[in-house]
Amino acid sequence: MKFLAVLRGGWTFIRRDKKAMVGSFILLGLLLIAAFPTLFTPHDPAAEIYTPGSGLSWNHLLGTTAFGQDVFSQLVAGTRQSMMIALVVGFLCTILSVLVGITAAYAGGWLDDALSLMTDVVLVIPTFPLIIVITAYLKSASFWLMVFVLVITGWSYGARQLRVQALSLRNRDYLLAARARGESSLYVIFVELIPPMTSLIVANFLGAALYAVLAESGLQFIGLGDISTESWGTMLYWAQNNAALNAGLPLWALAPGIAIAILGTGLALLNYAFDEIANPALRPVRAKHLKGAQA
Amino acid sequence: MRYLVRRVGFLLVALWAAITLNFLIPRLMPGNPAIAMMAKFHGHLNPAGLHAIEVAFGIHTHENMFVAYVQYIGNTLQGNFGTSLSNFPNSVTSVISKALPWTLGLVGITTIIGFIIGTAVGAIAAWRRGGVLDSVLPPIFIVVSAFPYFWIGLMAIWFFAITLNWLPFLGGYTETATPQFSLSFILDVLTHAILPAFTILITSIGGWILTMRNNMITVVAEDYVKMARAKGLRPRRILWQYAGRNAMLPNLTGFAMSLGFVISGAILVEYVFNYPGVGFMLLQAVENEDYPLMQALFLLITVAVLVAIFLSDVATAILDPRTRNQE
Repeated sequence: MKFLAVLRGGWTFIRRDKKAMVGSFILLGLLLIAAFPTLFTPHDPAAEIYTPGSGLSWNHLLGTTAFGQDVFSQLVAGTRQSMMIALVVGFLCTILSVLVGITAAYAGGWLDDALSLMTDVVLVIPTFPLIIVITAYLKSASFWLMVFVLVITGWSYGARQLRVQALSLRNRDYLLAARARGESSLYVIFVELIPPMTSLIVANFLGAALYAVLAESGLQFIGLGDISTESWGTMLYWAQNNAALNAGLPLWALAPGIAIAILGTGLALLNYAFDEIANPALRPVRAKHLKGAQA
Repeated sequence: MRYLVRRVGFLLVALWAAITLNFLIPRLMPGNPAIAMMAKFHGHLNPAGLHAIEVAFGIHTHENMFVAYVQYIGNTLQGNFGTSLSNFPNSVTSVISKALPWTLGLVGITTIIGFIIGTAVGAIAAWRRGGVLDSVLPPIFIVVSAFPYFWIGLMAIWFFAITLNWLPFLGGYTETATPQFSLSFILDVLTHAILPAFTILITSIGGWILTMRNNMITVVAEDYVKMARAKGLRPRRILWQYAGRNAMLPNLTGFAMSLGFVISGAILVEYVFNYPGVGFMLLQAVENEDYPLMQALFLLITVAVLVAIFLSDVATAILDPRTRNQE
């Protein structure tokens, strides 16, 4: 029941908050495109059958590549992979963060020391060079390998944040009361400790998803992803390797970057809105004045 | 003191973890690339080259893993990373030392500038809550932070270098120029640094602004700031010496945390601009399958980040008396 109440609260918030509204709108739109790409693609994204290097036209909304593929169709087809990476990596990172962060805070003692040390070490080792080294040995990273690498490098930030918040909640009266009643640890953690942390957990999901999208596109751009798949990062890779900017085909490189940024903006806007739930002081002042006036 | 001792301890643990990772990664990969590479290069490389790979990976077929590990740590601590395969017979250390100044100059200086400007702008934005800066900056930087760093570099190249033809965009200096200590060469280096520096600044500054602003909002509401106002202190003094100094503490920690992200972005920015620094070299090493060079560069970048984090810990200890008085 509590969970439903949280959901309803989230919906009320999304309706009221402009940032959350725009963010959700962007993500829903992209989800739709990712789920049914063929509804939006006029051409086969892989087919190299059009006039290479043509500019904007009604037939080719964003022109064609140097290979004669339709840029707009590639863009639409690439949506699925970025959305998948964002959702899967975000989800798995969040689970790992919650598991490590809350276990550390709840258990305390040596387990907390060990888990915190591990979290901090993973946090300070620069992840992107590490990912580069790992994928370099494997030549090219398939989807699930990419997910694996991004998850093992991306969970630590969230774990640290969640641990800090769980620590501050740990000794609140209502938690002590639940323990005094003799509730099991699992009950206390899932029913009493986690629900008040929902907004931070959601914010962490969004942060991890954003990290995944940007890191994935970077890896694909330098050719460490699977270059035969359809994705925005791979588009940038081919554009760069065919000197799209010099050859007068800036749209080929421009479009996938903007697509990544739109997805990223959607995630970041929602993230920011959830930060404002967790810390009401951050909410825009003007809105606060308005509320004061209505009351 | 206790605080600093703990931070030194952490620095050592993190270093050990990085070296161990570096040792383990080639061994944990399917098919063990280290051994596979030895087989591949056998007969193609002279004994010195094979020995170089052995040093870089700590492979000694006649010794067990633990002995190899200890020897590897010993070699690493002495700065002995073997020989670069793509720059044979130069040692990895000498190859890296050529790239290091470029990265320190470009990434180091822009990161510090970005941190200082970002922190100052964030503090002012929060100070004038609801003002122009406060309402315009956050949404702008939310959007900017969602762009891939390297893509902003690509757009800067396309707009300023190709379309307008204002600035050079490839390499650290004009290819025909000879590196020397003259005014014209220094100017050449600086003009080549403008676009990459601009890219790194634009993408990293938003983070500093937003976190500083958010900390500052919390601090400005504290009683001691109200007290300072009630005492009639000059606003500027309250802003920097009362509120700003305290709001900066979490930002310093944040600086340490996000340094990894900045470095990651900088690697791709160097790649986009063919900038002759460490990041570009790392990606070239990947392309050339120069594994000894790649491993050493990863370690170097990690050490650089760890040292920077330690320096920010020292700065925190200086700025925050609480860390010094800790039991």
